[in-house]
Amino acid sequence: MAEAILEVRELCKDFGGLRALDHVDLEIYPEQIVALIGPNGAGKTTFFNCVTGIYEPTEGDIFVLDRKGKKRRINGYKPNKVTELGLARTFQNIRLFPNMTVLENVMIGRHTRTKSWIFGALFRDRRTKEEEKETIEVSYEILKKMRLEKFVNELASNLPYGAQRRLEIARALASEPSLLLLDEPAAGMNPQETKELEGLIEQIRDQEKIAILLIEHDMKLVMNISDVVYVMEYGRLLAKGTPQEIKEDERVIKAYLGEDHDA
Amino acid sequence: MRKIIKSLQVSFWFMFLTFPIMVIRVDTIEKTVQWRWLNLLYVGLASFFLSFIWRFLIKKKEEGSKKEESGEQTITIVQKIISTPKYNRPIYSFIFLFMLAFPWIVSTYQTNIMISALIYVMLGLGLNIVVGIAGLLDLGYVAFYAVGAYAYALLNYHYHLGFWTVLPIGGLLAAIFGILLGIPVLRLRGDYLAIVTLGFGEIIRLILENWNEFSFGPSGIANIPRPGFFGMKLGVEEATIYIYYLMILMTIITIFVVNRLQNSRLGRAWLALREDEVACEAMGIDRMKTKLAAFALGATWAGFAGVIFAAKTTFINPASFTFLESAIILSIVVLGGMGSIVGVILAAFLMILLPEYLRAFSEYRMLLFGAAMVLVMVFRPQGLIPSVRRKYVYELKER
Amino acid sequence: MDYFLELFFGGLTRGSIYALIALGYTMVYGIIELINFAHGEIYMIGAFTALIVAGVCSLLGLNLISILILAIIISMFYSAAYGYTVEKIAYKPLRNAPRLSPLISAIGMSIFLQNYVLLAQTSDFVPFPSLIPEFEFMEPVAHIMGSSELVIIVVTAIAMVILSLFIKFTKIGKAMRATAQDRKMALLCGVNVDRVISVTFIIGSALAALGGVLIASHIGQINFYIGFIAGIKAFTAAVLGGIGSIPGAVLGGLVLGWTESFATGYVSSDYEDVFAFCLLVIILIFRPAGILGRTNTQKV
Ligand SMILES: Nc1ncnc2c1ncn2[C@@H]1O[C@H](COP(=O)(O)OP(=O)(O)OP(=O)(O)O)[C@@H](O)[C@H]1O
Ligand SMILES: [Mg+2]
Repeated sequence: MAEAILEVRELCKDFGGLRALDHVDLEIYPEQIVALIGPNGAGKTTFFNCVTGIYEPTEGDIFVLDRKGKKRRINGYKPNKVTELGLARTFQNIRLFPNMTVLENVMIGRHTRTKSWIFGALFRDRRTKEEEKETIEVSYEILKKMRLEKFVNELASNLPYGAQRRLEIARALASEPSLLLLDEPAAGMNPQETKELEGLIEQIRDQEKIAILLIEHDMKLVMNISDVVYVMEYGRLLAKGTPQEIKEDERVIKAYLGEDHDA
Repeated sequence: MRKIIKSLQVSFWFMFLTFPIMVIRVDTIEKTVQWRWLNLLYVGLASFFLSFIWRFLIKKKEEGSKKEESGEQTITIVQKIISTPKYNRPIYSFIFLFMLAFPWIVSTYQTNIMISALIYVMLGLGLNIVVGIAGLLDLGYVAFYAVGAYAYALLNYHYHLGFWTVLPIGGLLAAIFGILLGIPVLRLRGDYLAIVTLGFGEIIRLILENWNEFSFGPSGIANIPRPGFFGMKLGVEEATIYIYYLMILMTIITIFVVNRLQNSRLGRAWLALREDEVACEAMGIDRMKTKLAAFALGATWAGFAGVIFAAKTTFINPASFTFLESAIILSIVVLGGMGSIVGVILAAFLMILLPEYLRAFSEYRMLLFGAAMVLVMVFRPQGLIPSVRRKYVYELKER
Repeated sequence: MDYFLELFFGGLTRGSIYALIALGYTMVYGIIELINFAHGEIYMIGAFTALIVAGVCSLLGLNLISILILAIIISMFYSAAYGYTVEKIAYKPLRNAPRLSPLISAIGMSIFLQNYVLLAQTSDFVPFPSLIPEFEFMEPVAHIMGSSELVIIVVTAIAMVILSLFIKFTKIGKAMRATAQDRKMALLCGVNVDRVISVTFIIGSALAALGGVLIASHIGQINFYIGFIAGIKAFTAAVLGGIGSIPGAVLGGLVLGWTESFATGYVSSDYEDVFAFCLLVIILIFRPAGILGRTNTQKV
């Protein structure tokens, strides 16, 4: 089997006295879709934040394969460094750049793939011009893939909710990640939009050949597209397995009993 | 009728509020008290009528903002004219020609005022990079302006360096100061940054005021030479005209630079940083490096402006670099509309030229100035000419 | 040793005044996240009101203590009224505006109020009568601490205690704390946020006026510009202590007062204000949220 693109070992994160993550292990292989589920407050978003460098883990190791295929321990890396290594994410509560246009939002996503700086900005040499042209083209292509092309010059804040979620994915894709982390991409979407999203996520995996780690409360979506499902509760891993295994797992059913997880 | 009662209430409130300060004046030495009852009447009448206008305008503004919520980004006629080449070309060319002809139409005095205004355009556009585009609240911008001005004055005094040599040095020095200040403080949250930069501005001014051996203290430095013209010494009048054209050139360069920066990878990163720092970092933008770039570039411009200022006035002292100066430059940026080049230019002219031509009301000048700042913010919080996001037409054609 | 004590109490006096003004900044910032630049002017107006009250009263032939008390009460009342009005005119219409707009409005208001007093009163320094009586029992220690310093320290302490009781136990005090924590949530829970903001401005302004009267009669002169530098110092104190935190404002004020007092006493008096700002920069580098401010990691 190929090497894991993300490998997390014994990850812990404390907030004061609260242990939000308690010895979590997780690995993802190329072109896999892995889902992370669990009741509210289980620590899923915290896990994302630790992996992407927004929080520093208290204990444990996070390894990723960088773009050259070298394994690296990224504990304590700043978020921008993590993104450079090939991880890109979306946020649970949408964090677009509301007063910039849709296209510009995606262009920001190209930041790690481009280079020009003050000199390039002032003198617009040939390289900068080409880079800029490419940025626009690639961004536009991504928007098309995410079916957002009709909004190109709209301000991000004027988009309908579902489109904003897709724009977040587009922006993350623009950095050409090897692993895409989606935090509740279907939250607030209606069933039809969710269905479309399902198709989009699979399409991304197939076309871009990247791995996807997904937090989601919509069980139908999770069970339909995931290769592996991890279940968390109170910061601990409860179970890991294929969707079929998870569906039948006693502990998972118990943890979810009475939980309105389809909401 | 209800409106009249309301206005009466307002009027009484203000009469009551201003009563001690407007009516009574105590002379603590002579131990006399002067009563000026007439003032009370003025306050009462003025607030009675103004309260009608106030309420009317507030109502209009609320209706406007409701419309905005329901609809799209409302673009005013002015914004439209500015962003379409067909309309703006002739207007810009006219303004340009007018500015070229300006010193020949009016007196040296007027030209001097215009030079000041242009210096503020430069300062405004420079600070616009920091505050307007990158969203870093800098209340000590004047410090970099002082660095430029003193760089020229002192380098000239000690080493007889000329204007053209010092111009780049001044900019560079200011940039270095910007970076040195930026490294420790740019990590701070928005408003903390504000007070620290304000403190930095004050420190620079206080050092200039107190370190006599270095800066000649409060008395300042006089006899700073005006810029030479290929070695020729110019008379006051010619020198003024020369500096004027120099300023026009610098302004154009500034506009060009800011415009290019704004539409670049770096400029987009600044804008994004202003909107959401966390998302920015997650997109791979190095927060510190990007902020430092903004800070240093903004400072550079203040440095340039400082050198020119010293050359223009031929005399500088610390009193020219107070917090009020920073506040005025910041107001130019915000009044103009954050990030909007045309807005900033317009605001700079308004802020500098209006008080100059309001000299008739000289006493009330600053009072009106303060009031105007409040009013513009209350009724146009987004600034006179808010910036419009660039549209990339290229893509739409392709489809 | 005496010199040290003199500087110590001098710093404590100064720090008390900074603390009184800083409270207004910190409370307003805690609730609407605005640096209220006009706050220093409210303090200045308090001092002027006291001057006027004192002038009128001394013509009426009242004795010193009653003048002092009247001056304090009336100037606190008037400053509170000014604070309230300023908020209604310059900040309330800007609740949903871009973040920098209220700040500019505040700077404009500050310029306006300065010039208002300049025009209506005078541009010169005016001598301020010393309203605080000389106590006889203070005579043996007069070279260390004057009567007015004692009064300032004691009055400030009393004001702080009253304020903390107010915030802890009254209904509006609780509403203030709730609003400071989360304005939207407080609104949803039925807190009248507009009223809370008004009360905050009123309390902050009254405290600033108290500081204004005390320091003016201690120093003995005022002009229309005193609000600016005092305001900046007090804001520095608020940030030092951790803005939004009430004990932080007090601590920040005292630390700032002592720093200035000792630095000018032992090092050099030219750079009084430089020390203040250097202290600020140094502390913020090591504790980016101030001494008592909490560095809570932003929830993402
Ligand atoms: N910055 C923080 N400071 C303190 N506690 C935090 C912080 N971030 C998260 N927590 C706590 O950690 C726990 C896990 O939160 P997390 O957001 O990871 O849950 P989640 O699984 O994403 O839940 P949801 O499904 O609601 O998004 C919660 O108890 C939360 O309150
Ligand atoms: Mg979550």
